[in-house]
Amino acid sequence: MKAKFIIPLLLFVVLVGFLAVGLSRDPREVPSPLINKPAPAFKVPQLADPNKSFSPEDLKGQVWVLNVWASWCVACREEHPMLVELGKSQVAPLIGLDYKDKRADAMEMLARQGNPYNLSAMDNDGRVGINYGVYGVPETYVIDKAGIIRFKQIGPITKDVLDKSIYPIIAQLNKA
Amino acid sequence: MIPEIGHFALILALCVSIIQGVLPLIGAQQGRREWLVLARPATQISFLLLAISFGVLAWCFYVNDFSVLYVAEHSNSQLPTVYRLGAVWGGHEGSLLLWIFLLTGWAFAVAQLSKTLDEFMVARVLGVLGLVATGLLLFVLGTSNPFERLIPAAQDGRSLNPLLQDPGLVFHPPMLYMGYVGFSVAFAFAIASLLSGRLDAAWARWSRPWTTTAWIFLTLGIALGSWWAYYELGWGGWWFWDPVENASFMPWLIGTALIHSLVVTEKRGGFKNWTVLLAIMAFSMSLLGTFLVRSGVLTSVHAFATDPRRGIFILLLLSLVVGSSLFLYALRAPKSTLGGKFSLLSRETLILLGNVFFVVAAGSVLLGTLYPLLIDALNLGKISVGPPYFNAVFVPIMVPVLFLMAVGPWASWKTTDLKTLLKRLWLAAVVAFVAAIIIPSLIGEFTILTALGFLLAFWVIASGVLQIIRQCKVGMPTRSFIGMQLGHMGIAVFVIGVTMVGAYQEEKDVRMAPGDTVTVGGYQIRLMGVGPAQGPNYQAMRGTFELMRNGKVQELMYPEKRNYDSSTMPMTEAAIDAGLTRDIYVSLGEPLEGNAWAVRVYYKPFVDWIWGGCLLMALGGLFAVLDKRYRLRVKK
Repeated sequence: MKAKFIIPLLLFVVLVGFLAVGLSRDPREVPSPLINKPAPAFKVPQLADPNKSFSPEDLKGQVWVLNVWASWCVACREEHPMLVELGKSQVAPLIGLDYKDKRADAMEMLARQGNPYNLSAMDNDGRVGINYGVYGVPETYVIDKAGIIRFKQIGPITKDVLDKSIYPIIAQLNKA
Repeated sequence: MIPEIGHFALILALCVSIIQGVLPLIGAQQGRREWLVLARPATQISFLLLAISFGVLAWCFYVNDFSVLYVAEHSNSQLPTVYRLGAVWGGHEGSLLLWIFLLTGWAFAVAQLSKTLDEFMVARVLGVLGLVATGLLLFVLGTSNPFERLIPAAQDGRSLNPLLQDPGLVFHPPMLYMGYVGFSVAFAFAIASLLSGRLDAAWARWSRPWTTTAWIFLTLGIALGSWWAYYELGWGGWWFWDPVENASFMPWLIGTALIHSLVVTEKRGGFKNWTVLLAIMAFSMSLLGTFLVRSGVLTSVHAFATDPRRGIFILLLLSLVVGSSLFLYALRAPKSTLGGKFSLLSRETLILLGNVFFVVAAGSVLLGTLYPLLIDALNLGKISVGPPYFNAVFVPIMVPVLFLMAVGPWASWKTTDLKTLLKRLWLAAVVAFVAAIIIPSLIGEFTILTALGFLLAFWVIASGVLQIIRQCKVGMPTRSFIGMQLGHMGIAVFVIGVTMVGAYQEEKDVRMAPGDTVTVGGYQIRLMGVGPAQGPNYQAMRGTFELMRNGKVQELMYPEKRNYDSSTMPMTEAAIDAGLTRDIYVSLGEPLEGNAWAVRVYYKPFVDWIWGGCLLMALGGLFAVLDKRYRLRVKK
């Protein structure tokens, strides 16, 4: 067996090793490149009253939370109780971004499940979502007083995330 | 009862495949004729069983049998019949069944068309294919049974993802899989020749038409997928370097290298080890592609089921198939003899050089695709690699390939002198440079990248035209020659399309109320109105646009915004006015205040040349396969 003919086999073994490790990882946990960057500006109609609009500018000077949701999103129902808790705690304004949704469906869902948001903005065509690098619904962002994104959660918020990440971060940012 | 027949046929197929994979191989090794002759009948039976199984699944879709879990998950009684059939391979289980069905189909074709082949070779080839089929059947039966029952039956199905309800998507997967799976034949021939220790020109001659046929299907499959993404996803792009696209592109790159390398092996007896390695790599890439798509290790717009058991199983299968082949290669390759000698400047060298570039290109695509996974596995964090990497790396590698493509056919085997080459190519070079300077300046802005695109495209075209003229003077060109010319011209056409779209496309995002007009690329587009429309399983808002040139209406366009009954995600159905020199692409965004709409309009010059180029390449492949030499072999 000449050495050079084993090279392809060795390369392949290395590749399989990586693939095997890769199987145990979750590719969806990608940190957002937007962390510590200014939250992209937008101005879209509000869900409850499309004649009014919402823009992140409106909340300059406050720490606030942006939650991307939709009536068609099953995982959003899962995180709904956490949002209700966050909303009740009143530590920071909670703004919803209703992503690629129909207004009637969204309103109905809020009416049925309870509305944890101070207000929701409509992102019907998903353009705001693109600017925020939304991988999938739900996603949650914590934005500081200067309008900088400080935290991003991909996927539903759990009790753990709320207690160990979101509350402490909001408390810390509020002090600053 | 009927679904169980399909399931039962699959189990039987597994048994037959084990026989097909084991006995003929042992028989060939030990010279036992009575075992060796089992290969053909076993192959025929397993194809028949898979056909039954696949037919049963299609039937379940046709009659809306929602007691079958897979049907309930991917179909719906409102779904039009043609999409119900497309839905058979619309999900994980069904597409795997299609994969195996096509694999046995290829094996069946080999069994039927190999009457003149040495019996030992046939037994080994079919045996290898049987082993591959065994592995995949175990996978399907063990982790992804499409016939699993849902008790009690669902009232109605969940329906097929609206994105997939499209004629392009009905044909895209079978085409692509025909290509993927077709490389298994080249692979089986390579392994068979390694097993027999007879790595010779005859082996290359046998596997050439099979490899080229698989390559044709792969080319068409990729083009179809790209075209679908262009008109259905509503983004107006034609290639996104998505992991799943890459998974189909890597086997194509290796396969392209392989069909060129096979020429050298057949004609000159050279590059034997290299060709065998490419054959193993091409099929390995197909299996790797399957792994990437099915295991969920990478995120992609194609995200399929991500059951970790499936990932482990495919990885095992991949390791076994590829690992054992490469091991065999390491054992046997050193024994092969060298082919005819060739000098530093010869057709052999040029083809080899081109091959190296193809493999490097495939390697860099593989690296970009797997990089996020590698970094994650090394605990260095999570990253994603996007089109900037691929464009930056891939384009420079393809430049020399295009350059060589025009030179290679002029070079003789064994040795060529530089003077002759220069004498034959100077005119092509002049044409290319003139085109590169004049065309971009005529159309608009002159940029280096545009000039480079035209330079290479016209270099290939001019060289091709000169070759054709020369050939016609000598005599009637062979089909192989025509095939090569079509293939290379296809690349040039493709490059022109890519260059034009990249440099001169126009995009406008505007707010339009009825009566408003927007201008792109010298066309005026006026919104007449937007009204409701009703489809078989969706409701839509349909816009009516007038496409005008110099104030004269040329065409009416109807982009839609669809809401499928079964899904809450609204779908954008762009309206495209296609033409030889440009596409006009109108897509409807969201309703705005008043009765205005957000509208996106593209002017895409020469975009259809991208797919036209692919068609030409495939046609070239067809001519090569139909070359007389192979026809004679089949007829005998």
